[in-house]
Amino acid sequence: MTLVLFLEQTLNGLQQGVMLFLMAAGLTLVFGIMHMINLAHGSLYMVGAYVAASVTLASGNFALGVLAAMAAAGITGMVVELIAFRRLYDRDHLDQVLATFGVILTFNEATKIIWGPQALFLSTPEILSSTLELIPGAPYPAYRLFIIAIGLIVGLGLRHLILNTRLGMLIRAGATHREMVGAMGVNIDRLFTIVFGIGAMLAGLAGAMAGPMLAIEVGMGEKILILTFVVIIIGGIGSVRGALVGAILVGLVDTYGRAFLPFILRSLMEPSAADSIGAAVSSVAIYLLMAMVLMWRPRGLFQAYGD
Amino acid sequence: MITRKNLVHGIGLLIMAVLPLAAEAAGEPFLTTVASRVLIYALVAVSLDLILGFGAMVSFGHGAFFGIGAYVVGILTHHSYEATAIAFLPGDWTGTTAALIQWPMAMLVAGVFALIIGAMCLRTTGVYFIMITLAFAQMLYFFMTSLPTYGGQDGLNLWERSTLPFLDMYDDTQFYYVTCALLVAFMAFARRLVRSRFGMVLRGCKQNETRMAALGFPVYRYKLAAFVIAGMGAGLAGALAANHTEFVGPGLMHWTRSGEIMIMVILGGMGTIFGPVLGAATLLMMEETLSGFTEHWMVFLGPFLVFVVLFARRGLYGWLVGTEADDGG
Amino acid sequence: MKRISILTAAAAVGLLAATQAFAADPVKIGMITTLSGGGAGLGVDIRDGFQLALKQKGGKLGGVATELIVVDDARKVENAKQAATRMIKQDNVDVVTGIVWSNLAMAVVPSVTRAGKIYVSPNAGPSALAGKKCDKNYFNVAWQNDNLHEAMGQFVADKGFKNVYLLAPNYPAGKDALAGFKRFFKGNIAAEVYTKLGQVDYAAEIANLRAAKPDAVFFFLPGGMGVNFVKQYAQSGMTKEVPLYGPAFSFDEGILKAVGEAAVGTFNTSQYSHDLDNAANKAFAGAYMEAYGRKPSLYASQGYDAALLLDGAIAKVNGNVDDTDAFRAALKDADFNSVRGAFKFGPNQHPIQDIYVREVVKDGDAVTNKIVGKVFSDHGDAYAVDCKM
Repeated sequence: MTLVLFLEQTLNGLQQGVMLFLMAAGLTLVFGIMHMINLAHGSLYMVGAYVAASVTLASGNFALGVLAAMAAAGITGMVVELIAFRRLYDRDHLDQVLATFGVILTFNEATKIIWGPQALFLSTPEILSSTLELIPGAPYPAYRLFIIAIGLIVGLGLRHLILNTRLGMLIRAGATHREMVGAMGVNIDRLFTIVFGIGAMLAGLAGAMAGPMLAIEVGMGEKILILTFVVIIIGGIGSVRGALVGAILVGLVDTYGRAFLPFILRSLMEPSAADSIGAAVSSVAIYLLMAMVLMWRPRGLFQAYGD
Repeated sequence: MITRKNLVHGIGLLIMAVLPLAAEAAGEPFLTTVASRVLIYALVAVSLDLILGFGAMVSFGHGAFFGIGAYVVGILTHHSYEATAIAFLPGDWTGTTAALIQWPMAMLVAGVFALIIGAMCLRTTGVYFIMITLAFAQMLYFFMTSLPTYGGQDGLNLWERSTLPFLDMYDDTQFYYVTCALLVAFMAFARRLVRSRFGMVLRGCKQNETRMAALGFPVYRYKLAAFVIAGMGAGLAGALAANHTEFVGPGLMHWTRSGEIMIMVILGGMGTIFGPVLGAATLLMMEETLSGFTEHWMVFLGPFLVFVVLFARRGLYGWLVGTEADDGG
Repeated sequence: MKRISILTAAAAVGLLAATQAFAADPVKIGMITTLSGGGAGLGVDIRDGFQLALKQKGGKLGGVATELIVVDDARKVENAKQAATRMIKQDNVDVVTGIVWSNLAMAVVPSVTRAGKIYVSPNAGPSALAGKKCDKNYFNVAWQNDNLHEAMGQFVADKGFKNVYLLAPNYPAGKDALAGFKRFFKGNIAAEVYTKLGQVDYAAEIANLRAAKPDAVFFFLPGGMGVNFVKQYAQSGMTKEVPLYGPAFSFDEGILKAVGEAAVGTFNTSQYSHDLDNAANKAFAGAYMEAYGRKPSLYASQGYDAALLLDGAIAKVNGNVDDTDAFRAALKDADFNSVRGAFKFGPNQHPIQDIYVREVVKDGDAVTNKIVGKVFSDHGDAYAVDCKM
């Protein structure tokens, strides 16, 4: 194993982490403020990917596809919030898990009816389809660097939104003193809808960004959903900073596990057993990480605002 | 006393008792097989209800114990059929097909796993508990998927069903009644349990855990005991499921399976013991009928679930029984 | 009972010959396949292929009215098993077919064959059913699971590659795939990497792969996993440096639509291709395109061939499928014009067929497969020797 490979794998871990952060930020906001577990967050990611693919195909413009994806996911999220989810905020988590599970089934099947069972296509935008030699000897896909950049921009943007704007102040206040914010004359229902919309938009953005790298297919949301939950549990639910740290941690552990565990095991046992066991252990590495973090800190690494 | 609740229970038990005869009479003997499957899922749902409905422990990984129970039967039968020793056990025992050994072992192994997993998970609460139980189930799922010895993702065929003295498990009607008897026994046990001092403490924890702890109850141990009992119930259901399908595979442990078991509990009415049976029957029959009607059946099932959660909070059981539903079966 | 009563009635009236009376009685075929949930695309293709054949023959197979019962298994073993039990016990079907996945087939097929019904597999071909657990009532009209991997092993060896990197998911089919490849490729294996089932991101594997500097890559990642891998491989600029080789499962027409140009220049092995030049395929590919608006995948061709196989055999026994011995013998003759060209059954009732290599090419705006050569002629499978029938 060389230093170049190690650096490259670190970059891969970061990139995977950033992608997870885009998903986790929205999910953790919704939980932190409305105390709502939304399993259907992955469905909004799927909506983003499908809309991005359709619009990009029709217009030939990836940027337009991404914007449309964000809009579509944001609007879908707000509509579902208005119809169903707002009735769930005061319920226990069990009801939320079930209702949103029902929403997943609905979205998956509706997507299949609209777009068909076959996976959809979205190409890498021409300008980003090359590779850059950031680390000498390891050409890195420009598109993945682009995702890292987008993730950083979103992270900084969220930080600015939460710390320096009136909406952010309400979000922080709403997370701790929900009734008080209501009593101060803030339309709390509208605040919740807006927060939900922001979370949905971020999921749509993540879906659109994933489009050129992944199969756009029914069920893609659930695959990333479970990972996203692991991220926010590790980070501490409700904390955006925790989501960022958790996402990077999960990205790195997952990548290092897959990249290096078989190598390490091979020095300890015969190759075929090492390959097999390495693969088995690395596929559960992030769950082990989560279990260990929770043994150590049962409420995750970071506390939500004022929690 | 004839109350609405006793009436519902009585009719329910009557239907369970005469179903194979009625199916035979109606010329639809296949219904008995379908009903056996419903009862098996009812058993795992009732076991989940013990912790979900009475202890407020929202386990999103109950499928793991269901799968473990099934695998115990699968592995014992596999070795017995191939006449090979079980490598990870001392000695050279080649397994068995005797239900009287297999099924208690399924419960025992599921119980041991529940003890270990529960001991760790119960240190957390709320959403953290939901997600960590899910994580453990996923770990088991991936472990069984990649373990080549017992078929991995392909699973294991059960070349022979478990054997019981005097009974023929290949006879659909006898299989049904064995399942039915085990379900009713487990429900009776669960009913006694939740009404006992143990059950009172458990339900007290659901209301206010801090107060129960302040009263001097070792809350953690009570909850862990309940978690283990629920795991054992699921293990037994898994043993039956392996026999019913004549197959075990990691799919039994997938998180969507745990989700379905949860749905059965909620749909039927949680904290009612009887409700989950209704829930299992309704969900499986809906799947059966809707999928015959259109391949896009999930587009109907999904909104139905949302509807149930939003507008029928007490589940089908609460709807049938009315206000008497909440006194613990 | 119905069959006998018709027969008696016919004899009593004395107007109809017995064979015609048989012909009046429909053949019942049960199809259990995956139409909802993940992987539904494969089941839909198989069903559509089968139904197209049935439609072309006017709802009759072998000249006998045919009733097709389609049940969705949602890729769950219990659902498939329950459907099979119902078909056997209640619907009293003559033939069962349709299952897509090996694990479902392993669970369902033995109970079907044990009940004395015929099972025709339009896709899954697990090694156990080809070898030790083969059965006289089980016919596979697609392939044994290893076939396409074996062909790729041969092709990669023929191309002169010496150092090949292998990649598959960590589950039995993945391990079988790599074993099949290695059965015919004897060169050096740079590494054998097993990934998580359902994995989404392959950046770590691709970085390791580049560092290992192999001549070529053989990968088996069915469905969405393959789409993810090929797209990400192309993005990292590797397609031109280290060429990709795989079985057709990662390059069927549906998947190519999703992968797009990223797949151009890769090679895959298949027993079927929509551009195969034979009369049966010309009739099929055109009609399929017209009926469903997409090019037929190998799965669609297998569903279609399953119907044609039954059509030929039912005709041969004059619709008398209850004479199981004769019906089995007729099936074994495989007297039909397969859309893949030459086709016959080996001793374990699995195909002996040609396997082709296809290159992914750009055809106008679309990306599609083009046959570039034949790897194996009359290729059987490695498990037939274990089959004692």
